[in-house]
Amino acid sequence: MAGLNNTKATPPRWLLAELSYKCPLQCPYCSNPLDYAKHNSEISTADWKRVLSQARKMGAVQLGFSGGEPLTRQDLPELVCHARQLGYYSNLITSGYGLSEDKIIQLKEAGLDHIQLSIQASSQELNDYIAATESYENKKIVARLIKKHGYPMVLCVVIHRKNIHQMEQILGMAEELGADYVELANTQYYGWAHKNRDLLMPTKEQYEKAEAIAQAYKEKVADKMKIYYVIPDFHEDRPKPCMNGWGTTFLTIAPDGVALPCHSARELPALDCPNVNDFSIEQIWNESKAFNFFRGDDWMKEPCRSCDEKDKDFGGCHCQAYLLTGDMRNADPVCSKSPDHHVIEAAITSAQVSALSADEKPLLFRNSKNSRKYIENNELQ
Amino acid sequence: MTLNPDLIVRFSAIHRLQWEEAQQKDVILYPEGMVELNQSSAEILKLCDGSRKPEIIVADLEQKFSTSGLQKDIFNFLEIALKNGWIEQH
Repeated sequence: MAGLNNTKATPPRWLLAELSYKCPLQCPYCSNPLDYAKHNSEISTADWKRVLSQARKMGAVQLGFSGGEPLTRQDLPELVCHARQLGYYSNLITSGYGLSEDKIIQLKEAGLDHIQLSIQASSQELNDYIAATESYENKKIVARLIKKHGYPMVLCVVIHRKNIHQMEQILGMAEELGADYVELANTQYYGWAHKNRDLLMPTKEQYEKAEAIAQAYKEKVADKMKIYYVIPDFHEDRPKPCMNGWGTTFLTIAPDGVALPCHSARELPALDCPNVNDFSIEQIWNESKAFNFFRGDDWMKEPCRSCDEKDKDFGGCHCQAYLLTGDMRNADPVCSKSPDHHVIEAAITSAQVSALSADEKPLLFRNSKNSRKYIENNELQ
Repeated sequence: MTLNPDLIVRFSAIHRLQWEEAQQKDVILYPEGMVELNQSSAEILKLCDGSRKPEIIVADLEQKFSTSGLQKDIFNFLEIALKNGWIEQH
């Protein structure tokens, strides 16, 4: 490959297998790339089995089957079975759409460990609007079936300005459905969410109120339901330690076999992300340009290079630096030390203005029509 | 939730205890997470098989390692394990 050989790299622990970009839902904050419609090839069952085996041999142990909607792949039970034999802990990350009781049983028998079910809101009207698909009632049925068959269940709710007022009801719903964990994921502004940011970003006051409700609920249900609260980093002074450090822990394989150090990395320019059709996982992890790009701190510019916190946050998120400053080597502008920090303040103000305006533009939903429009014009509007 | 010395201890049905060859360690696996265990924690958890009360676990480990006075440390660890949901008592 690029002549690099990083033998000091720690082995991958987490493998995210994005089986397909196909999805029956159209959530406007989807983290899939805006141009997903042009990456419509999918690697074969045999390719996935090889990837799973190679990554497991290196030390990967947590495995997420994701997408798009992973249930669109008919070979899912076969892949789950292979993963179980290799000793993975398998997580199915699903919208629940099309998940029948028979399939739940079949996957359990194949060795699936856990199901993470997304739900978009605590009311049918809002859930079905955000998903752009009638799915609320079915998701609740699926949640009960998941628990009936003895799986641990994470209920994942992405939080944004259209549903943040439902925080209390969302938690009540999760408790009532028997969730073991509820993940309250404040929207991260990549992919489709970046395009819809003005319409999705809550105000600081809304965040604070919602977080207080979640914290109080945490104490109330401490023994039976764990609450994960994914922070809204636009309102923090320091960036998140993205991916626990680039190329240290996480490996994502996209539906067409492209290996990514983070599931948004496809948006970054000139990384030349390698494909599992051309290289082994070991070559990809240790030798590829993409996985070595942000390892260590040689790549850093100021203010990161001389910062005493650089080992804590690794300069933050490179996708965010690229999307908001145009250079992926810049410090994540969330950091108050970044010379570009004003773009975060501008984004917050812009969302606030949009929230107060009487004629907000409509949300852009994640679907093939909009993706193709983006590919043709390199823009959505 | 506190440890009840009169009830048997069972490893949680929604967690998995597993030896990891790559790390040369026992680990607890759960939805999207992993805890690496040191040898003594792993030895304790392996005995949480639904057949032993806490004091039997202490006795078995003291016998296995030909030592005594482990009760306080083991009970402390079981307390933590219970709080984290790794073990259950019914």
